[in-house]
Amino acid sequence: MSALRAAYDRGTRTPRGTGAAAGGVRRAGVRAALMALPLLFFAAFFAYPVGAIVTRGLHQGGSWQFGRIADVAGDAGIRHVLWFTCWQAAASTGLTLLVALPGAYAFARLDFPGRRLLRAVVTVPFVLPTVVAGSAFLALLGRDGFTDSLFGVRLDTSVWAILIAHVFFNYAVVVRTVGGLWAQLDPAQEEAARMLGASRFAAWRRVTLPALGPSVAAAALMVFLFTFTSFGVIQVLGGPMYSTLEVEIYRQTAEVFDLPTAAVLTLLQFAAVAAILALHGWTVRRRESALRLVDPALTAHRPRGAAERTLLGAVLAVVGVLILLPLGVLVARSFDTPSGYGLAFYRALGSTDGGTFSVAPWQTVGNSLRFAAIATVIALAVGGLAAAALVRRAGRLVRGFDALLMLPLGTSAVTVGFGFLIALDKPPLDLRDSWLLVPLAQALVGTPFVVRVMLPVLRAVDERLREAAAVLGASPWRVWREVELPLVSRAVAIAAGFAFAVSLGEFGATVFIARPDDPTLPVAVARLLGRAGALNYGQAMALSTVLMVVCAASLLVLESLRTTGSGEL
Amino acid sequence: MRTTPRRAVGALVLATAAATVLAACGSDSKDKGTDEAAGASGSKTVTLVSHDSFAASKQVLAEFTKETGYTVKVLRGGDAGAAVNQAILTKDHPRGDVFFGVDNTLLSRALDNGLFTPYTAKDLAQVPADVQLDAAEHRVTPIDSGDVCVNYDRAYFTAHHLAPPQTFADLVKPAYKNLLVTENVSTSSPGLAFLLGSAATYGDGGWQGYWKQLKSNGVEVVDGWEQAYNDRFSGSSAGKQAKGDRPLVVSYASSPPAEVVGVSPEPAQSPVGVATGTCFRQIEFAGLLHGAKNTAGGQALIDFMLGKTFQQDMPLQMYVDPVRKDAVEPPVFVKYGAKIENPATLPPDKIAADRDDWVGAWNSIVLK
Repeated sequence: MSALRAAYDRGTRTPRGTGAAAGGVRRAGVRAALMALPLLFFAAFFAYPVGAIVTRGLHQGGSWQFGRIADVAGDAGIRHVLWFTCWQAAASTGLTLLVALPGAYAFARLDFPGRRLLRAVVTVPFVLPTVVAGSAFLALLGRDGFTDSLFGVRLDTSVWAILIAHVFFNYAVVVRTVGGLWAQLDPAQEEAARMLGASRFAAWRRVTLPALGPSVAAAALMVFLFTFTSFGVIQVLGGPMYSTLEVEIYRQTAEVFDLPTAAVLTLLQFAAVAAILALHGWTVRRRESALRLVDPALTAHRPRGAAERTLLGAVLAVVGVLILLPLGVLVARSFDTPSGYGLAFYRALGSTDGGTFSVAPWQTVGNSLRFAAIATVIALAVGGLAAAALVRRAGRLVRGFDALLMLPLGTSAVTVGFGFLIALDKPPLDLRDSWLLVPLAQALVGTPFVVRVMLPVLRAVDERLREAAAVLGASPWRVWREVELPLVSRAVAIAAGFAFAVSLGEFGATVFIARPDDPTLPVAVARLLGRAGALNYGQAMALSTVLMVVCAASLLVLESLRTTGSGEL
Repeated sequence: MRTTPRRAVGALVLATAAATVLAACGSDSKDKGTDEAAGASGSKTVTLVSHDSFAASKQVLAEFTKETGYTVKVLRGGDAGAAVNQAILTKDHPRGDVFFGVDNTLLSRALDNGLFTPYTAKDLAQVPADVQLDAAEHRVTPIDSGDVCVNYDRAYFTAHHLAPPQTFADLVKPAYKNLLVTENVSTSSPGLAFLLGSAATYGDGGWQGYWKQLKSNGVEVVDGWEQAYNDRFSGSSAGKQAKGDRPLVVSYASSPPAEVVGVSPEPAQSPVGVATGTCFRQIEFAGLLHGAKNTAGGQALIDFMLGKTFQQDMPLQMYVDPVRKDAVEPPVFVKYGAKIENPATLPPDKIAADRDDWVGAWNSIVLK
């Protein structure tokens, strides 16, 4: 028996072994080719500019100022900021997962009227300038706000305001990342577990949760990085008592002009982000496994039973209070003119009289859409290639590549913006005055989303499918096109939606990239908000409302592209 | 299984094509013209680098082109501090010919870094001596001034039969307890100006005590002007919507006219008033950037900015006062604005020398 077994092993292993060796070399070649463009992109538009600004800070007067690292890192105030930055990000991430995971389930698996529209709407906060959304949030948590009039609790200027606002902004990250995979998980497996006698919870815990693990980790990582670099929320809702590394770096770079300190803070930020990436890599490694992916249209069902109806009710209530209410406040303000409710602010968006721009404010819609479309294409190309290269796990080097792609999310926007300015000013990269700089900066933030959304799904594609296709003589390109792409087209659409939304809302780096009069929507909103008067404020609200509608409409269009594409799965 | 990937690929190709078309048609049909002009003759475009609040009306910029033949290209990015710092970082390879928007709180930083080439503007005689802070070398030319002052909600003080405060000293009186909101001096330029005003009034050793009193009188500090004026202040139209409950705010002397622009019918008074004894004057300058490609165009632009047309256009564009003595302010400014007779000031080198220490001290007094 054991001899037979050994013979069988030998018999199967030998050919597989040689095949794997040959395939291994070929795969490494393919991987290197796939990685080339993303690497080049990150080297040119991230590593080089950020390196330049950090070097400028640490290399002063002809010598390296490494002493500054110890000075700044040893400062009690800075250590406090670092601690607060980390724990608020961790707490925000935990809270977001807690609130949004039931939402991910409801949006993925339950069929209810208005589901598609609502899924687009919950993504809207993601693109809103934090100053605007923060102000609306005061209507929820501030004086005479929702919590105050209902429970007599004012949460503004408390750390809770920051945490809850972070949930508001990142709800969609979890719903879309986790929900995207959840919708494609074959419900038959959980049903099988239940048939075999597992309780509903046990079946969920043992079958569904492990399958979702990688995408939950991916969502958690993105929420963490986003809240780790939180700026506007901290300023508007936390007030001057709270400060994050991001706020400090902004202050040191843009206000105090202490570049050495800013450089050390940037390095600290890198160190913290690297630690979190390592933790994420460690958690996810080997958790990802091939899953049975099915057409999402087949998995959704009308809510059945009291439990599902309660869950759906709770999810809708949370969405209503946490997301729709603040958004509604902004919309209401955009119509609330000094002479009663009307369209005066919207009409003003069409004129150049306000002085804020030499173009009419509504034209920024065109700028934003154009930049976001280009940024989305760049992010999809770079992120898609990177994800394809990362599908098959490999050594440390490739894992480092994965981490590198995430770094821009955890890097201060002011560092990137100033870095662009001093690094990309000479041939061959003389882009300082080019319009391309804006979509490039936006794509830098969009790419990590593309990678994180696509990777769990790509890795879930059963390796045997690829091998079968390869054995039948398909080229790697053909395998990708005919085997993987159909299975991941939903993920592509979700990734594109993210990249688009991120670009539409990107403010931090864009605001520092001075361009002749083609401001994006968020920059225009910020300019209007910076001026006194009913007309300017009203226009800021109206333009924010336009931004919301543009975002929701774009996402709906992207989703409908996906539906027509995956109908035959 | 066959048509699906093709459709998906098709969608991607479509998206790429659409983006390319968008990029091609929208992108820079406007400045392509100016770029080409610059490339052809090397000098028909003059580039103005400024901060996000810079604004000028189209007609006025067109008039500059008509008078001089130069077209202005404006690059705006970040707030005043960020814009100055960016200009310093790129000083060996400047992005334009003229920089506008360095104020007296940032002036020393810009001058010490050798940002500008001296140029004596044509109409400098029209500018009062007290705003010519670089009169010896003319590296910068004053363009506008604006006063940072405490603003009050008229309706609140009328309803409470209380006289609004007028001076720094008034603000620490018990009658005004828990009424004032101001901005973080580390992140907000009006916040810093208000601190500098108190330092000019109470002296190097006195302002700390003043702020301790302000703190025990319940001053609220928020991070930015937007939060203070639009969310916390009860007198602005935005603050009313946001249910702001602070009737005193650190803002600008030009906020009252800004509140009534676009409001019809025109009210008799602005809902916002100015405490005229709490003001600190900010003066904004323009300078010819060292290493500018188009020196002649830059000089012409500085002359134009000091000219009557531009000076009279400024108030409604940027809510600042012209520095030119003979410039006429628009009626809305005359009717609703406040003239500040003796604002607090400090010399730029004094600000540069003490600023970081003061900000640090302020932080530990007010925020800790």
